[in-house]
Amino acid sequence: MSVKDFPLPDLGEGLTEGEILKWLVAEGDVIELNQPIVEVETAKAAVEIPAKWAGRVAKIHYPEGTVVNVGDPIISIDTGGGSGTVAATEPAANAEGEGGLIGEVKADGRTAVLVGYGPKTVTAKRRARTGAPAGPAGTAPSGTAPAGVKPASAEQATGAAFGSGAVVPGTPVASAPAAASTPVAAAPVAASSGSVLAKPPVRKMARDLGVDLSTLVGSGPQGSITRDDVQAAVNGVSAAPAVTVARGERETRIPVKGVRKLTAANMVASAFSAPHVTEFLTVDITRGMKALDRLREQRDWRDVRVSPLLLVAKAVLLGIKRYPMINSSWTDEDIIVKNYVNLGVAAATDRGLIVPNIKDAETLSLRELADGMTDLVTVAKSGKTPPAAMTGGTFTITNVGVFGVDTGTPILPPGEAAILAFGAVREQPWVHKGKIKARQVTTLGLSFDHRIIDGELGSKFLRDVGAFLTDPEAALLAWG
Amino acid sequence: MTRASSKRAAAAQAAEPDFVQLLTPDGQRVTHPEYSVDFSDEELRGLYRDLVTVRKLDAEATALQRQGELGIWASLLGQEAAQVGSGRALREQDMAFPTYREHGVLYCRGIDPIMPLGLFRGVDQGGWDPIANKFGIYTIVIGAQTLHATGYAMGVAKDGKVGGDEGESVIAYFGDGATSQGDVNEAFIFASVYNAPIVFFCQNNQYAISEPLTRQTRVPLYQRASGFGFPGIRVDGNDVLATFAVTRAALDNARHGNGPTLIEAYTYRMGAHTTSDDPTRYRVASEVEEWQAKDPILRLRKYLESTGLIDEAFVTEVDAYAREEAVKLRERVLTLPDPEPGEMFKHVYPNGSPEVDQQAAEFAAYHASFEGAHS
Repeated sequence: MSVKDFPLPDLGEGLTEGEILKWLVAEGDVIELNQPIVEVETAKAAVEIPAKWAGRVAKIHYPEGTVVNVGDPIISIDTGGGSGTVAATEPAANAEGEGGLIGEVKADGRTAVLVGYGPKTVTAKRRARTGAPAGPAGTAPSGTAPAGVKPASAEQATGAAFGSGAVVPGTPVASAPAAASTPVAAAPVAASSGSVLAKPPVRKMARDLGVDLSTLVGSGPQGSITRDDVQAAVNGVSAAPAVTVARGERETRIPVKGVRKLTAANMVASAFSAPHVTEFLTVDITRGMKALDRLREQRDWRDVRVSPLLLVAKAVLLGIKRYPMINSSWTDEDIIVKNYVNLGVAAATDRGLIVPNIKDAETLSLRELADGMTDLVTVAKSGKTPPAAMTGGTFTITNVGVFGVDTGTPILPPGEAAILAFGAVREQPWVHKGKIKARQVTTLGLSFDHRIIDGELGSKFLRDVGAFLTDPEAALLAWG
Repeated sequence: MTRASSKRAAAAQAAEPDFVQLLTPDGQRVTHPEYSVDFSDEELRGLYRDLVTVRKLDAEATALQRQGELGIWASLLGQEAAQVGSGRALREQDMAFPTYREHGVLYCRGIDPIMPLGLFRGVDQGGWDPIANKFGIYTIVIGAQTLHATGYAMGVAKDGKVGGDEGESVIAYFGDGATSQGDVNEAFIFASVYNAPIVFFCQNNQYAISEPLTRQTRVPLYQRASGFGFPGIRVDGNDVLATFAVTRAALDNARHGNGPTLIEAYTYRMGAHTTSDDPTRYRVASEVEEWQAKDPILRLRKYLESTGLIDEAFVTEVDAYAREEAVKLRERVLTLPDPEPGEMFKHVYPNGSPEVDQQAAEFAAYHASFEGAHS
């Protein structure tokens, strides 16, 4: 029986660490050679690592989410009696691979950098020379011992970064001796340093979440910013005493970046290039809501999330079928009428507004549409919407009703000719069959690109969407 | 979803560029007015074996990198047909100049597949003999080999080795990204005005690391040739038959003294640029899916199955063969010896040089001066 440790390899030319994203095997599993065992994310890529040996997983050394130094064993595999296909020669485990903060000088003298090998300022590992001091001048290369390499101490290299010469307020400059016995007042380290210290995965996380690292104060070693700090910033609380807003400060500046920046650019591009028209229609959708109730009661719809938004989506798809120009796009030479509908649903997420779309929605059954919309929103809220799902939309629905408002004048997503706002559904007094009754009423707001869609077409489309919501059965019979 | 994606794939198909194709993605054999192949049944089966083996060896190398056994690896996944088709089109006397991704061509030249792994493991400098194998060493500098190839081809012409069936042709491999390099454009000019016997074989795999083709060119790459004064042609690089036919014709053209040709093999890099790269950061999954439907191996398999040339047993046997080759390769890589420190002096000059010899001697003495040093 032989158990072999598998050290985290350098996955990308000079990386020093990686984060365990996901274990694909568990302790006790029997695995094959080259079977994917773990997903690891480095500063360069997220990759799967295949098993180096066949056998049984004896031990998993780190849980998911841990940042591991290159060279540290991450998994032990029992290869059973040493009869593995592979000679047990470990790669000469190079201690040099161990990780460090970017800019930090390691004990071996290498500077950890984001990509590639940094300069080696010290030659630490030297075997003892035989015989007398330096070899005879004749045989040894001139300047034998690495004369050109100056052994700089680690302190020397890192010290400069932290402004050791800072003048402490209240200390007379002249009387401060070089080897001051009074400890320098511990100011937050990061504050005195020009650059921000954070590991690559933390930097990526901050970028993904739209957090500006320079606004945070780190709670990690040497004032470095940790995952917790970033998370705390997102949650609105800071793990460390963060940049406190002084009482009475009258303005707060928030850097424009990430989703906010993109949203702003899109909105400006759309609002000032496409002439928008917005029309409103208030409709009684009591009958439509009842139809949804009946749908929920059906056995095979039991586990499906059925929302009024589904009804609106169906109404839009039917409307587009009747008026294809609604689903088009303007270029200065052509109007492109799309014969497919990538139905966008605007979703408010922690990261801002995201508009993923359901591809080829017109080909889907009502059930597929319902599932698609549920998935879309769940994925968007979790922040994992892939770029592909956010491009290529042809018509968008924005469900402002969830915020409790009646309607709005939506702005077109660039490249789309129309967008529908769906307001809150409220019980309101309404004239129904000649009497005032409490009915479920909502307001629809349709914005459209007036270069493509005239008032008549826009009105007809909006009217039909309203008619469907008012009486879905009749509308389906008429145009289904 | 499947319906939708197949629909998208069909749409992409329709928009496919104009190229020479002899085998469709569905495995249908089609004809072309100018190009054809005349393979025996055994040769067709051999091409299938080549493709499968080359892919398997490549996958093994990728795994070895992930396991810490190679420093880096540039995978050819998706480009097997472009490499095997062109590699098999070479005649014995022809000379090839590769990039660092031509593992498939190297395999077709009969070079031990361990060779590039030694290079990427860092234990040798790519040690095959370029003259004996008629295959240059891997060139990491993007596009530099096109100049070496052009110079070599001009030499071939000056040696009088063109002008008949026995003439020598040269092929230079490069990618779509390299077409933006000065070296490649200079090579085009010299090859053209000296009428050098060379084929410029561009594997357009759509990405220069992360930059899409739209950042390299506004005209199809093969059309660039006309500006330099020689013919350019585009071939379906995922079609091993068409790639063979087009490359063979261009090589024969060159060996008869009719000058250079640019071939654009239209293909797709299914994997990462190298193991240090993460393609999901710059391209969408739907694009990769579209190309999956055009897989070079699958289409040949469909064709051979539909014509009864191969059966389930053959496919299983080839898979087993490839797996066995991969295991052998793995075992050999793990036992590759580390080079002696003095090794780096050995191949600087073919016949040595007093200065380098002296440096080698000093270096050896220096190493010998340590305790526990082996002579």
